Amino acid sequence: MENVGAFVCTGCDIGEAIDVAELEEICDDGGAKTFVTHACLCSPEGVAAIQESAESEGCDGLMLAACSARCKRAEIGFDDSDLIVERVPLREQVVWPQEPQHEDTQMLAEDMVRMGLARISKLGPPLPIDETIESAVLVLGGGLAGMNAALAAAGMHHPVVLVEEKEELGGYLAGTTHVVPEAPPYDAPHLNTLPGLIAEVRAEERIRVCTGTTVEQISGQPGQFQVSLKGEVSEQGIGIGAIVQATGALPYDASRLTELGYAESADVVTTHEMEAMLKNGGVRRPSNGETPRRIVFLQCAGSRDAAHLPYCSSECCATTLKLVSRLGELCPESESVVVYRDMRAPGQLEHFYESVQENSGCIFTRGDVTSVGSNGNGRIAVALHESLIGRDMVLDADLVVLATGMVPRSADGEAIRAYLDAKARSETSDSEVQRAEAAKVAEGLKDHEGTEILNLSYRQGPDLPVLGYNFPDSHYICFPYESRRTGVYAAGTVRAPMDAAQAAEDGWGAAMKAVQCIAASERGEAVHPRAGDRSIADFALQRCTQCKRCTEECPFGTLDEDEKGTPQYNALRCRRCGICLGACPERIISFPEYTVDAVASMIKAVEVPDEEDEKPRILAFMCENDALPALEEAAKRGLKWNPWIRVIPVRCLGAVNTVWIADSLSSGFDGVMLFGCRRGDDYQCHYIKGSELAADRMGNVQETLDRLALESERLKVIEIGRDEFQRVPELFEEFAETIEEVGPNPYKDF
Amino acid sequence: MILVEREPAIGGRVVRNHQYFPKLCPPLCGMEINTGRLDRNERIRLLTSSEVTSAERIDEGWTVEIRQAPEHVNGRCTACGDCTKVCPATTPDRFNYAMSEGPAIRPLHTEAYPARYTLDRAACPADCRACVDACKYDAIDLEAQPTDQTIDVGAVVLATGWDPYPLEKLSELGGGELADVIANVHLERMVATSGPSEGKILRPSNGEPPKRVAFVQCAGSRDTNHLPYCSAVCCLASYKQATYVRDQLPDAEVAIYYIDRRAPGRNEEMLKQAEELESVDLVKGKVGRIEAGDGGVLKLRVEDIDSGRLLEAEADLVVLATGMVPRVDQDGAPFGAQLDDYGFGLDDKDAKVFVAGVSRRPEDVAASVRNATGTAAKAIVAALRSA
Repeated sequence: MENVGAFVCTGCDIGEAIDVAELEEICDDGGAKTFVTHACLCSPEGVAAIQESAESEGCDGLMLAACSARCKRAEIGFDDSDLIVERVPLREQVVWPQEPQHEDTQMLAEDMVRMGLARISKLGPPLPIDETIESAVLVLGGGLAGMNAALAAAGMHHPVVLVEEKEELGGYLAGTTHVVPEAPPYDAPHLNTLPGLIAEVRAEERIRVCTGTTVEQISGQPGQFQVSLKGEVSEQGIGIGAIVQATGALPYDASRLTELGYAESADVVTTHEMEAMLKNGGVRRPSNGETPRRIVFLQCAGSRDAAHLPYCSSECCATTLKLVSRLGELCPESESVVVYRDMRAPGQLEHFYESVQENSGCIFTRGDVTSVGSNGNGRIAVALHESLIGRDMVLDADLVVLATGMVPRSADGEAIRAYLDAKARSETSDSEVQRAEAAKVAEGLKDHEGTEILNLSYRQGPDLPVLGYNFPDSHYICFPYESRRTGVYAAGTVRAPMDAAQAAEDGWGAAMKAVQCIAASERGEAVHPRAGDRSIADFALQRCTQCKRCTEECPFGTLDEDEKGTPQYNALRCRRCGICLGACPERIISFPEYTVDAVASMIKAVEVPDEEDEKPRILAFMCENDALPALEEAAKRGLKWNPWIRVIPVRCLGAVNTVWIADSLSSGFDGVMLFGCRRGDDYQCHYIKGSELAADRMGNVQETLDRLALESERLKVIEIGRDEFQRVPELFEEFAETIEEVGPNPYKDF
Repeated sequence: MILVEREPAIGGRVVRNHQYFPKLCPPLCGMEINTGRLDRNERIRLLTSSEVTSAERIDEGWTVEIRQAPEHVNGRCTACGDCTKVCPATTPDRFNYAMSEGPAIRPLHTEAYPARYTLDRAACPADCRACVDACKYDAIDLEAQPTDQTIDVGAVVLATGWDPYPLEKLSELGGGELADVIANVHLERMVATSGPSEGKILRPSNGEPPKRVAFVQCAGSRDTNHLPYCSAVCCLASYKQATYVRDQLPDAEVAIYYIDRRAPGRNEEMLKQAEELESVDLVKGKVGRIEAGDGGVLKLRVEDIDSGRLLEAEADLVVLATGMVPRVDQDGAPFGAQLDDYGFGLDDKDAKVFVAGVSRRPEDVAASVRNATGTAAKAIVAALRSA
């Protein structure tokens, strides 16, 4: 920005804490066109003063030294104008946490104003996306979740292409006659309403149903996906805006449950097979066709079990209750026994549990099964340790039903990619050793061969990355439908174990996200988590060295590569986290509002006192989503902190380029702190890998510092939660003490 | 989109939680993203301190009357805090379930969004104008009156959440009678650094850290005398809270008394984690009675209904895992909301009234969010149908 107006608020005690008049010269030196102070910038009068001055001076940018950008955005964010606004949070970082009228406080305020002006002078207007956006939604999977997603998107006036690999719609539930009750009075199974749903989907004009069809390839980006289908519908170049993956789950492979006798006896069946018997009109012992006298249901068959599925499949208890209830009606001569560890009937289903207990005559036995085998008389002996009274017992059964859990029908996109890459290296690498090593890697990943579902033509792999237990999610608590591929949302049992009612709702939820993504793309805006961000990245490719760090490290698969390995940016896949900017050793990547140069200018704008002044300077890069709000909360709560700290907010720790560390040390800063979100399995990073990548990168920088005989203690990476505000001042203080021990930066006076 | 919130700030019950299970992450982290989105989204109008007073069905949807409570603190408020410093009156802090007090004028909580103070006018001493005089920004109006507005909408979503089952109704468990019998929601605030005891788990009776903590599952849930249904989150909440106790009081013994351990999906990990904690004991049995023993000790009588076993146990602090009571019977009344036998709401497509989150069934944060996202789509489809 070239014509920046500087505005300083004197309200909220800013005027009392610092000498505001001193800032005028600083703003003038910083190139500001105006210097206006006001007793309350966020009041209507203050806003008018800003507008008036900005207009008369022809400002294109505003430096507002007042409160945090997280406050008063409606009043002084100027979102509806073309003005670029830089907020300098004097209230949160100077007035509240520092001693008023102190020399150090004044120096801090002055540095912050210098940094704000330095930054805004380097920013440009947004580079908006203006592209033709497809409005159609591709729904993959014609089961309950997929059909609901299709109806939802169609209901929101979007064309839908519904692709199902089987000949018929319906998915898993097509094999059942009844479902667990989903509406009052929750006391008996409900008739499966799937046929009505299928008819509704078939009748909806906006939905194109493609059965017997799979995806051959998906290329492009949200709003502009190009989809090829194969099978009954064989067609290329279908324009799609966003995708719902509702590919469901498969019952856990019961043949692995040897301890439960599945392979040994024909009379040990799964829930799935029992559903089929009920659907086909009769429950008989598969071994001899006789009506079973006693049917024993074994819950958690292969679930909640480290050797099989460690998780709970959520719906098996209620499904067993449904089956017991149906059997009571269809085969009153058969006795049912349910062996369980915990009956899980959440919410209103508790009433269903009670009702089945009262009405079915079923016996519920809490215990752990120890073995299942023949009793020698043609029946099956189920041995268990009954845990209510604590005795071992054997139940004779004519039919054993294993309540097997569900396994998501996902594909591990990253593993497939690793497999394909290793396979290619094993064939083409020049070195024999490397070929052999690659062949070994490929062998280890061989199970992933041919498992593709989406067939995305993305450099990072053809399918959604998966997390724990192969569920393709990214933040399943706060943002359940998000995946790590923009514009692709998972729904139903592929996403998490769930019952039918939840799967139907899930279809609606994922369709909502798909439609939202299309609308955001039309407006040229990013989706989660920087929803509404209108600017995109710029790659100065003439300086690119094809190191591929950006393509590899983007958590969202935004970048593809050409044959030479030059990154190809797909703006509509981009979440604007800046992790590529952090990765690039050539510093060729920038966003209009977030550039390597802008941050470097902020660093250089700080006036670092000479060594004999004994005023160390510490730079803190803080993640703007968690660490920075935690810092501001500390200030709000009256905590005080060390005035040597200078804070630079970053989009993510992953968006910190290591050159900034060098810049800081060469500018005389004595130490650098990086505050980011928790990493690891329970990561809190909103860009998934950002804090992890930062920790790795900074580890490398620390090694370099050691080599340069610059103490590695001068750089510290900290994980902090949004709620840990009280730690921030403590961490500042601890680090300041460390820096005092280590001594001044030897580069300081250069 | 018009978002009507009864409280002066958004976030509901969720922001009062210290951490979410199973990742044990702070709710304010997700709130930060959502409030940022609200800030930038001009299509959403947020009306706080507001309630629907009546609604009338029209062809296209509903005509809704919304009443906003008197705006004693208006949009000029900068949240500088000068008023709080001079306020002579104190009121119970509802955000902390009245476990602490605060000045009559303050934000709902420090991180409240919108960041605006709110005045409990009823608590003002007669003729006091201390806050008005202290405010440099002309943001306080003691004479403000409620305002009404009428808005036509195409569809309605009821997402009015839940109240904790009242402790006082659990007198057999010492609820409301024994100071050291608290509810799970209270422990959540106690553990929060921003809470009434600055994050410390203390016995309310004497302010000492407890040596033995008992969690009583299904306290008033799965019980025909109280809530017949299962509140779906309490098992997991207790496993999570057991980790709070372990982190803060590693020597304290923890017992969790349960009927079933309900940890669906990958939340099974939370159960496993609790089981693996050395200091935590999971005991099958329903606590039928809690009484005061000698020296302030709490005596628990535990029955295992299935086996008929009885056992006695002691604790210094009892956390009742109380369930969720929907409030959609009251809040949905203007729209003639359909209810099930327990007072949970049902979608009414014809009336274009939809129910989301715990208004619909007891569920955790993740399930509420996924359900609410789909419910938004249902409401949009219904609104488009008539357009």
